[in-house]
Amino acid sequence: MRDVDVAIIGGGPAGLAAALGAKKAGADKVLVIERDRELGGILNQCIHNGFGLHTFKEELTGPEYSARFIKEVLSGDIETSLGTMVLELGSDRVLKAVSASGIQEIRAKAVVLSMGCRERPRGALNIPGSRPSGIMTAGTAQKFVNIDGLMPGREAVILGSGDIGLIMARRLALEGAHVAAVAELMPHSSGLKRNIVQCLDDFGIPLMLSHTVVGIFGKDRLEGVSIAQVDSSLRPVPGTEKLFPCDTLLLSVGLIPENELSKMAGVKLSPDTGGPIVNESFETSAPGVFACGNALHVHDLVDFVSEEAQEAGENAAAYAFGEAFSGSSAEVVPGNGVRYVMPFSINPKKVKNNMTLRLRVTAEKRNAALVVKMDGEQVLKRKKMVFAPGEMETISLSGELFAKRPNISRIEVSLEDK
Amino acid sequence: MKIICVNCPMGCPMEVQVSGQEISVSGNACSRGAAYAKTECVNPVRMVATTVKLKNAAIAALPVKTAKPVPKGKIFDCVKALKGVEVCAPISIGDIIVPNCAGTGVDIVATKNVGFAG
Ligand SMILES: Cc1cc2nc3c(=O)[nH]c(=O)nc-3n(C[C@H](O)[C@H](O)[C@H](O)COP(=O)(O)OP(=O)(O)OC[C@H]3O[C@@H](n4cnc5c(N)ncnc54)[C@H](O)[C@@H]3O)c2cc1C
Ligand code: SF4
Repeated sequence: MRDVDVAIIGGGPAGLAAALGAKKAGADKVLVIERDRELGGILNQCIHNGFGLHTFKEELTGPEYSARFIKEVLSGDIETSLGTMVLELGSDRVLKAVSASGIQEIRAKAVVLSMGCRERPRGALNIPGSRPSGIMTAGTAQKFVNIDGLMPGREAVILGSGDIGLIMARRLALEGAHVAAVAELMPHSSGLKRNIVQCLDDFGIPLMLSHTVVGIFGKDRLEGVSIAQVDSSLRPVPGTEKLFPCDTLLLSVGLIPENELSKMAGVKLSPDTGGPIVNESFETSAPGVFACGNALHVHDLVDFVSEEAQEAGENAAAYAFGEAFSGSSAEVVPGNGVRYVMPFSINPKKVKNNMTLRLRVTAEKRNAALVVKMDGEQVLKRKKMVFAPGEMETISLSGELFAKRPNISRIEVSLEDK
Repeated sequence: MKIICVNCPMGCPMEVQVSGQEISVSGNACSRGAAYAKTECVNPVRMVATTVKLKNAAIAALPVKTAKPVPKGKIFDCVKALKGVEVCAPISIGDIIVPNCAGTGVDIVATKNVGFAG
């Protein structure tokens, strides 16, 4: 058994920023455990540009963005364990990890969960038909092409118009494959407008809204899929099926925070985010266990992952030094039109200069305003021309609001008409 | 010409009219839309990010990008010019992999640091 101050599980952008945060806050022994052979997480396969505009005021590719953090971590007296996978985590913050050199037990004063997210697999979808090869998640295909230099196929159909699916449509087209269509169940795409224009329109790839895959053909290798229109209750309309010959079907149908270890440690998860329920300090229901990045909630901008994770790391260091993060807190509740709000509770005494809330709305709404109420009293209203579920919203509440109300019990955020 | 603004989720459908030197834009809800419509109509450019073959490394593909955006019509020329290009590790971010790619005047640069692994 070895002892560390802060153990960080996962060396993606969240884990890297958490390590830097913990070190900055004075933690002595900081350990980053990563199962892959290199740091950087999913960004290693996201070779397109568009990362870091917010933080660095320039558009970097995924590997360029993570390289900036990796460099800081490697020169910052932070220990990294690569090729090491954490298998078990107890509520006593003892973890068991396995690597080529065997199994080791580590006891941490504080733990940061930064395992990222995974893609919803085909099994979660229930598409009827055979099980030939050639069907995979968009992220798996992204790894094949961008890291292993292999093409998954020549003729592709993509189900789901999330950003990863759109990015992969362009990537396959650039590599000379034919992308027949992107089918999206909903009447709108969850992907960014910019990706729809630059990944589909630029390459003449059709986006079929309100359509889904209803059949899969082929025995050993995929030979085609049939796509049908769906009605307003998302049921396929009989007679609208159309056959698309293809050898590859990519699924881009959503991401789920990775939390097997969190469950083991007794961390309570939210059904709305799929990630841990955390307070203003990113501490989960298990004292001394903090969470950030895509393991906490799925982000669309890595800049916010880094910001949030740095804070989680700083707080983990503070916990290792003996600071407690429990205490009487106000619950934060999503009101009308809001799917979830991060964090789930706020202890007013722990709010420093200001408090950042991150949230997602349930459906697109134009000419609307986000309204924050503290114990029923409106304290903030932010108008915008459009709110969309695909864009995470950020609200900053000043520390003064909390200093004046040390005993509030409820903070509600709702989406209202302007 | 019809152009959809990509700068925010409003996705304003814009109509661009060019008469001589004059470009007029309608349908945009803010000035960012007009600026975007003008460049899209006069000289649309894109960054290209792709990979080249990599030797002596733990990974088989090296991610690269155009150092600057290139004209939209040159995207495939750039990708074609990189077919068959093979580099050896070690590589640092910013290393020029192909200078003046496909006559665009823009270099192709590495976007990842890769150590030697024989
Ligand atoms: C397939 C895919 C593609 C994406 N593409 C884009 C994109 O194009 N643009 C964009 O802005 N965002 C994209 N995202 C979102 C992107 O993941 C986030 O912006 C950001 O990378 C999240 O950082 P993270 O550190 O939380 O997670 P990750 O980057 O996923 O890092 C988590 C790390 O934890 C490690 N890990 C997990 N479990 C264990 C364990 N038990 N033991 C040890 N290590 C473990 C993993 O190996 C991984 O390295 C994508 C996400 C996915 C899943
Ligand atoms: S014109 Fe303005 S409001 Fe409309 S999509 Fe572009 S940036 Fe958004």
